[in-house]
Amino acid sequence: MQRYILSRLIQSVFILFGVLLIVFFMLQLTGDPVSLMISRHATPEDVEALREELGFNRPVAVQFGSFIAGAVTGDFGKSLRHKQPAMDLILSRLPATIELAATALLLSLVLGIPLGLVAGSNPGSFWDLLSRGTGLLGQTIPNFWLALILVLVFSVHLGWFPTFGRDTWTVLGLTLPTRSVLLPAFSLSLFTMGQLVRFTRSAVMEIRSEDYVRTAYSKGIAHRKVYIRHILRNAAIPLISIVGVQFGYLLSGSIYIETIFSWPGLGNLLAESIGNRDFALVQAIAFFSSFVVVFLNLLTDIAYALADPRIRY
Amino acid sequence: MTHPASGLRVDQEKQTDVWSFLTYTWRLLARDKAGMAGLVMFLIVVISAVFAPLLSPHDPLKQNLRFAKHPPAWSEGGSIHHPLGTDNLGRDILSRIIYGTRVSLTVGFFGVLIASSLGIAIGLVAGYAGGTTDNVIMGGVNLVLALPYLVFVVFIAAILGSSLINVILIFGFTDIPIFVRITRGEVIKMRSSGFVESARAIGATDARIIFSHILPNLIGPIVTLATFEMSAMIFYEAGLGFLGLSVPPSIPSWGNMLASGRQYLVSYPWIATFPGLAIIFTGLGMNLLGDWLRDVLDPRMRRVKK
Repeated sequence: MQRYILSRLIQSVFILFGVLLIVFFMLQLTGDPVSLMISRHATPEDVEALREELGFNRPVAVQFGSFIAGAVTGDFGKSLRHKQPAMDLILSRLPATIELAATALLLSLVLGIPLGLVAGSNPGSFWDLLSRGTGLLGQTIPNFWLALILVLVFSVHLGWFPTFGRDTWTVLGLTLPTRSVLLPAFSLSLFTMGQLVRFTRSAVMEIRSEDYVRTAYSKGIAHRKVYIRHILRNAAIPLISIVGVQFGYLLSGSIYIETIFSWPGLGNLLAESIGNRDFALVQAIAFFSSFVVVFLNLLTDIAYALADPRIRY
Repeated sequence: MTHPASGLRVDQEKQTDVWSFLTYTWRLLARDKAGMAGLVMFLIVVISAVFAPLLSPHDPLKQNLRFAKHPPAWSEGGSIHHPLGTDNLGRDILSRIIYGTRVSLTVGFFGVLIASSLGIAIGLVAGYAGGTTDNVIMGGVNLVLALPYLVFVVFIAAILGSSLINVILIFGFTDIPIFVRITRGEVIKMRSSGFVESARAIGATDARIIFSHILPNLIGPIVTLATFEMSAMIFYEAGLGFLGLSVPPSIPSWGNMLASGRQYLVSYPWIATFPGLAIIFTGLGMNLLGDWLRDVLDPRMRRVKK
């Protein structure tokens, strides 16, 4: 087990190095990073001054070296627009994104897993049909469109939720979410919910016909006990990996939702910095999101290995 | 269709009797209502794209401020002249949706063409060669698959600038790893299967094994994957358009329509509603079709299905 964890850790470090490589060379894709960042009306002197200031006049190898050296200590340079270190900006936006992603994950777990369980135990029933519909629609309804429609119905017409923004509620120094998170979180959760429903349903259907379930029934164990001890426990194991992957996706994939709701998180920062051609910040966000995803994948794999005694490395 | 042990014989059968294969497939499709619905929906989209000039009631680019922001025909103040209403510049929404299929299908088709052809080639090399080559290729594949996809697509699109070619290239290249992974997996499974071993035993060359034994058996999984990936690309293209990072705003595309409709959401909600429905319609059709293809093209799956 320790060897497995160690090898996954080394693998993750390699992947993060690869990410740095990609993030760095992405800016070199057009040949001249400075022309990406500066307005078209800038004079040649301005362009040269910025090139000098950002160090793009140095050989690419030297630039790459200093980029890596900075990245290792979390230093991705300054945002051109905000004149602040990129990493500070990211960390200041992180709580809003975590609030949104965690709420979305919670919604999809609470709604998706029970539906998948009921559907998997009663194939062909109404709940089964509903679960298949949810799985399909979760994959095909664009969340940016759903968000617009939800705002129109629930905020504009019914007035139940604010149309945009993040309101928080402070109790004893703790910042708590308010209902302002519900619409963006629901829009964001639909895809994950569909995946969870689909997955839970097929896991339950598969496990129901396993030999050990038949054995349990033939020993005369009560249905409820078989269900909880044999079916649910075994269905929960593969769910770990789905939940881990989906949480990574939720933490990095909220650019549409955060823009539509003016939610002050990472996705919004990414959209803003692309609009401002603030590419040092874009690089930092791309690396940071990848870091989160790689880290969550690592945790997921370790949790999976710990939870399933059939897996031995 | 194929049993691993009798793959050779069945392949020849397929080639000599394409007609019976097609009628057999058609009978399977007619039995599956969801798959049939998916095919019909997909064909509606394809026909709209091909015959867009004939089907559109208006020029999708023609602005007419006198008729701007007209609601759809069935609501108050709407007219049958503009069945789905007009946008903020008086352009006919139905015509723009019909023309929008062209951007979506072009991106989806050429994106998948690039990703699948390169992905299959790389996957064949990795699966067939094994060893260090395989490790290096799969290292790259796992790296790309570990990235948060949307963040990087947006990043590249912002750097390359918006044009149809760039969007196709972005989706085509970023989607290669998925095709590599599926191809490699299938090749490794087949390499140790009976029909490849017997081909090798009678002295078939590597090229012959790849082209006459492995590639034909890859068609099933690749076609299924291609359907899902094409649907995903249409989805992501609309998303990029929504952020203003896909084709230029002058071209009618569903994402561009959503982006401009968003500004008029409260007063003129139909401008953003209909392109979204078009995206869902296409996605549903392709997903139903893909689910059906998966069942039909993989005989092992067919037997499992009740």
